[in-house]
Amino acid sequence: MEYLSIVFQEVYKILFLLVPVLVSVAMIVWLDRRVWAFVQKRQGPNVVGPFGLLQSLADALKYIFKEIIIPSSSNKVIFILAPIVTMTLALIAWAVIPFSATQVLADINVGILYLFAVSSLGVYGIIMGGWASNSKYPFLGAIRSAAQMVSYEVSIGVIIINVLLCVGSLNLNDIVIAQQNMWFVIPLFPMFVIFFISALAETNRPPFDLPEAEAELVAGYQTEYSGMMYAMFWLGEYANILLMCAMGAILFLGGWMSPIDVYPFTLVPGAIWLILKILLLFILFALVKAIVPRYRYDQLMRLGWKVFLPLSLTWVVLTASYLFYFNLLPVN
Amino acid sequence: MIAHAIFFYTFSIIAVVSAIMVTASKNTVHSVFFLILDFISISCLFIMIGAEFLGMIMLIVYVGAVAVLFLFVVMMLNVAQQKNQWFAGQATSKHIPVGLIISTLIFFEIIIVIGGWKYKPEIFDINNSLANTSVSNTHSLGQILYTDYIHVFQISGMILLVAMVGAIVLTFRQRSGLKRQSYIKQISRERTEGVEVLEVQSNKGVKIDD
Repeated sequence: MEYLSIVFQEVYKILFLLVPVLVSVAMIVWLDRRVWAFVQKRQGPNVVGPFGLLQSLADALKYIFKEIIIPSSSNKVIFILAPIVTMTLALIAWAVIPFSATQVLADINVGILYLFAVSSLGVYGIIMGGWASNSKYPFLGAIRSAAQMVSYEVSIGVIIINVLLCVGSLNLNDIVIAQQNMWFVIPLFPMFVIFFISALAETNRPPFDLPEAEAELVAGYQTEYSGMMYAMFWLGEYANILLMCAMGAILFLGGWMSPIDVYPFTLVPGAIWLILKILLLFILFALVKAIVPRYRYDQLMRLGWKVFLPLSLTWVVLTASYLFYFNLLPVN
Repeated sequence: MIAHAIFFYTFSIIAVVSAIMVTASKNTVHSVFFLILDFISISCLFIMIGAEFLGMIMLIVYVGAVAVLFLFVVMMLNVAQQKNQWFAGQATSKHIPVGLIISTLIFFEIIIVIGGWKYKPEIFDINNSLANTSVSNTHSLGQILYTDYIHVFQISGMILLVAMVGAIVLTFRQRSGLKRQSYIKQISRERTEGVEVLEVQSNKGVKIDD
């Protein structure tokens, strides 16, 4: 009985985390379209609800009532599993995100590794979807995204090593607390820029949206999907984008800490600051989508392997030597 | 404790069944997916015994990178063509003796390792230093790898690097007649050399490309 009550408590906590995440994913889609529209001097979705806020809910409702079409020559089990995998992976990662010093679902020792692992598993949803559709466009999209996501994970991993050198712990809360005096965005600014661009590539956002480049591949790996399954891909994708923004906020922008350590600012709960930082990063994501044209595939690979990887590796050496020379290495 | 046992048996059953399915399933892509499932359940088992760092590294390295490349290669193979080839059908029996020899070898290796652990616990001095639970297991792993075993660690890294360079050298071929994009050339182009006005005589034409 006692065991059951613990389980119910945990389930309650999980729901309390996941429902806001899902709602904010819907809102973020609206924000994305809105920012995109404003850059192009359009209005964007502004009809459903105040400022068009309910547009995403209307879209979701539409997807729910549409028929799910499964191609007859597809590999049915994997075809159905693919969107489920995408969405599950995008949601389970939120378990370790700290919203304040105490408000975190699972305060594990290897939090950042967990985040990195889950985001690197995200590629499976896309590969499975692309392969199981048994059709040319999805397959090409899946192959592209597999290569793309694996290459940019490498540079994200090296950037994480940079941050870890300054922190001395893999725990996300420790990473946030280590930024008490100075956010890592200041000493590691080049790494922040590279992280931001790699995050764009990792989540298949424009200008790196080659896996679903509509001009060449119709819709890439999601071409054969319809109805709720397509909506799940779409939700998972945006949840992943939010997650990457949260990762950036925690690694470089001080996570849940207030930007200035003075009285009225410290009253604001940490969750609000984290959400504001995520939003800031997301608006940057949306602006990039509106401004930058799509990369060619060889340019994308060149950027990942020949520019970002050497740069971030060099920066690891620099950071390590600096910390070692000035005896600043976090040893405990 | 019961919950712990339930989780342990769930993960280990999934691990064993998916390991069998890797070899048993006809479709190679399915095999790779079962392999991934196997990796994931093994990493769950690692986490359950408290080796969270190993579990996560297993996920990142094997599932996140190695298996993706596996899948990549397997998907590129022509699956329809494979069905008639050596590993499906009668010819399989030829490979059974080799497989048996290798699996017996591995079986005895495992017996030796486990036996050593059981009857001579002091031969594993790593075991004692890891048992220090006051530091997290990432720290204790680092403390061992970068002090006592630094040379072995570095050498294994060098071997991997050499393997990578070797693979690239073996597969690299210089193709001729390719047009390459040179960023410096593009950026440093001036208007005067970019545009050229020519007098075109009728029925003669001009040669544009160089």
